Amino acid sequence: MASHLQRKLFALVGVAALALTATACKGGNTDTGAKDKLDTPECAAFTDYKGIAGKTVTVYSPIRDADGKLMEDAWKAWADCTGVTVKYEGSAEFEAQIKVRVDGNRAPDVTLIPQPGLLESFAKAGKLKPVGDKTKAMAEKNFTKDWLKYGTVDGKLYGAPLGSNVKSFVWYSPKMFKDNGWTVPTTWAELITLSDKIAGEGKLKPWCAGIGSGDATGWPATDWIEDIVLRDQGPDVYDKWVAHSIPFNGPEITSATDRAGSILKNAAYVNGGYGDVKSIATTTFQDGGLPIVQGKCALHRQASFYANQWPKGTKVAEDGDVFAFYFPAIDPAKGKPVLGGGEFTAAFTDRPEVQAFQTYLASEHYANTRAKTGNWVSANKGLELANVSNPIDKKSVQILQDPATVFRFDGSDLMPATVGAGTFWKGMTDWITGKSTKETLDFIENSWPK
Amino acid sequence: MSFDFAIEGEKLMMLVYGIIGFAAVMGLLLLALGKVDSPKDRWVAIGFLAPAGILLSIGLIYPAIRTLTLSFFDSSSTSFVGLDNYVWMFTHAETRETLRNTALWVLLVPTLSTAVGLLYAVLVDRTRFESFAKSLIFMPMAISFVGAGIIWSFVYAYRPTESDQIGLANQLVVWLGGEPQQWLLEDPWNTMFLIAVLVWIQAGFAMVVLSAAIKAIPSEITEAARLDGVTSSQMFWRVTVPSIRPALIVVLVTISVGTLKVFDVVRTMTGGQFRTSVIANEMYNYAFRYDEDGKGAALAVFLFLLVTPIVFYQVRLVRQRRKEAR
Repeated sequence: MASHLQRKLFALVGVAALALTATACKGGNTDTGAKDKLDTPECAAFTDYKGIAGKTVTVYSPIRDADGKLMEDAWKAWADCTGVTVKYEGSAEFEAQIKVRVDGNRAPDVTLIPQPGLLESFAKAGKLKPVGDKTKAMAEKNFTKDWLKYGTVDGKLYGAPLGSNVKSFVWYSPKMFKDNGWTVPTTWAELITLSDKIAGEGKLKPWCAGIGSGDATGWPATDWIEDIVLRDQGPDVYDKWVAHSIPFNGPEITSATDRAGSILKNAAYVNGGYGDVKSIATTTFQDGGLPIVQGKCALHRQASFYANQWPKGTKVAEDGDVFAFYFPAIDPAKGKPVLGGGEFTAAFTDRPEVQAFQTYLASEHYANTRAKTGNWVSANKGLELANVSNPIDKKSVQILQDPATVFRFDGSDLMPATVGAGTFWKGMTDWITGKSTKETLDFIENSWPK
Repeated sequence: MSFDFAIEGEKLMMLVYGIIGFAAVMGLLLLALGKVDSPKDRWVAIGFLAPAGILLSIGLIYPAIRTLTLSFFDSSSTSFVGLDNYVWMFTHAETRETLRNTALWVLLVPTLSTAVGLLYAVLVDRTRFESFAKSLIFMPMAISFVGAGIIWSFVYAYRPTESDQIGLANQLVVWLGGEPQQWLLEDPWNTMFLIAVLVWIQAGFAMVVLSAAIKAIPSEITEAARLDGVTSSQMFWRVTVPSIRPALIVVLVTISVGTLKVFDVVRTMTGGQFRTSVIANEMYNYAFRYDEDGKGAALAVFLFLLVTPIVFYQVRLVRQRRKEAR
């Protein structure tokens, strides 16, 4: 009896072990003799990418859902023609998970990384590979120095710029402006005059804002400060500030913060539709600008991506229900400062197919294909305006391609995480709810890692 | 989102491997143990304890030791800094605030939830609508902390005086002729309003356990007390409370441990802003968002130290009672 049971058990274990070995063998062989289709006419654009058929490139980024799908559609033709399988994964937990994956030696081949700071730390830790020569040439051809700078660490290019967004926008209602006879301000002085005028008429408050964003509460206020440091102090001070070669609580940043306060903490100006100054802290950034369509607020400074927040049926266009104008410069002679963000294509491996994929994403062909699938902006110089679908994206591309534009990357993404994703957000939230500029900036300065 | 087998196939295969692996290990174990003849007891015990022991060491003991080690290192875990992270924890104004808040939570939530639960249990005991009333207060237990946080964010929502209120709390204030308030903004009241949420969740748990304990009081005792002519307050303080003391302690201890780890409610409702942060929330922030592994680990170790005495106390209590029962 016992031996019978034992034999049965042996059989069971044997089968299980066999199954395990069989599955273990499955991983290795990727080369199934796949061929590319580069000699067919529809693949004429991709003849530069030869000899990589049958390979696989894994890609990991925070871009997901609808945007992720549009992006996969855009590189599908390249993948089909070259015979490369692109395995894409988008994650909402990207910032935390990418570190875990890299530390656990499970890094993806390519990552589309929106934080130059994170890119820098991976590059300095020797995890990232510098881009290949072809990618470098492609990126240098299509992007300005302002952009390449953010993908460069210790003189080597690690990330080729990809998509972008423009944050220096003020949203307004063209209809409201027309009905009241207001004109779109083109200088800082005009902006303030208009704000005073609206506040003086007493029908509605000129500005509305919301900085609530769950555990990231405060970030929209940091964008305000960054945008105004660029205007109040200029790009050189901005770069020094971000690199912490001038202190966070010095006179430059104090001046800029006070200037931001002259709007954000001005009880006569804010918070249209929501109440007093403090209500900015509890209003979510998604709700922040909505009083514009309800006629309770006239101006809302927020990035181009706020276009997705308007209620269904709102027409976003120069002659529509809402649109955005460029957040004016204080001294136009110093150029056109633009604050924005974007992703960079960086690679943890340097296999030929990975570098080819990187090169393709930096190309004008990809930029135009991606623009055609919709809802996308890039600083790529080869991007043709006609391929960009909606008015606000068009306006963003125009601003990014304008030779007068001085582009600077969102500073909180460049600062150490303790500040950029921590005390800067928290400090600005406290600033809105009543802390003085000095106390706030001292607090942030003291938190900067030594 | 529909479930696509082609995409999810890989995960399902992983599941299958897992099950096969488990069967294989168990099969081998049973086989091996079947071969053992002499001092059988010990080997069998070790054999069966080993899988759990190994998993516990990998999943619990090793991380605990590593966290302890990390707490003595700097933000990138490269150079030893001694007790610096702990000194920072007690000297830095912002972290002291979170320690103060955590203390408030741990003092108030267990006492208030237990008090509310006990009062409710006594009040509805043996009334006609008892089961209905109980399920009403027990229902919040079924809601996740994040869900409760979102619900209460709406309760506390603020709109200016001139527009319609969307939050229950402010609507009540307006009906009573008051001005709408920013409930979650003013310190330290905002922490109290957050504490109310956890009390709302935990009172149901306290109520159920205590109600069962009350029902288990032998009727001879209550009848004897009645014959002696007790007033209802005497009945409560001299008969009910002493009889359910063990249950009361279990409830208090359980809620205390849960409260020390409070995270979800704070994170969902204020994100730790407006001076409402607690230890668990800051631990997460430092370790996973600010890249300050050392400080995060120090906070985690401190939280662990706070929980330990309560757990020890509970274990001792359970042992004592077991002895008494023998």
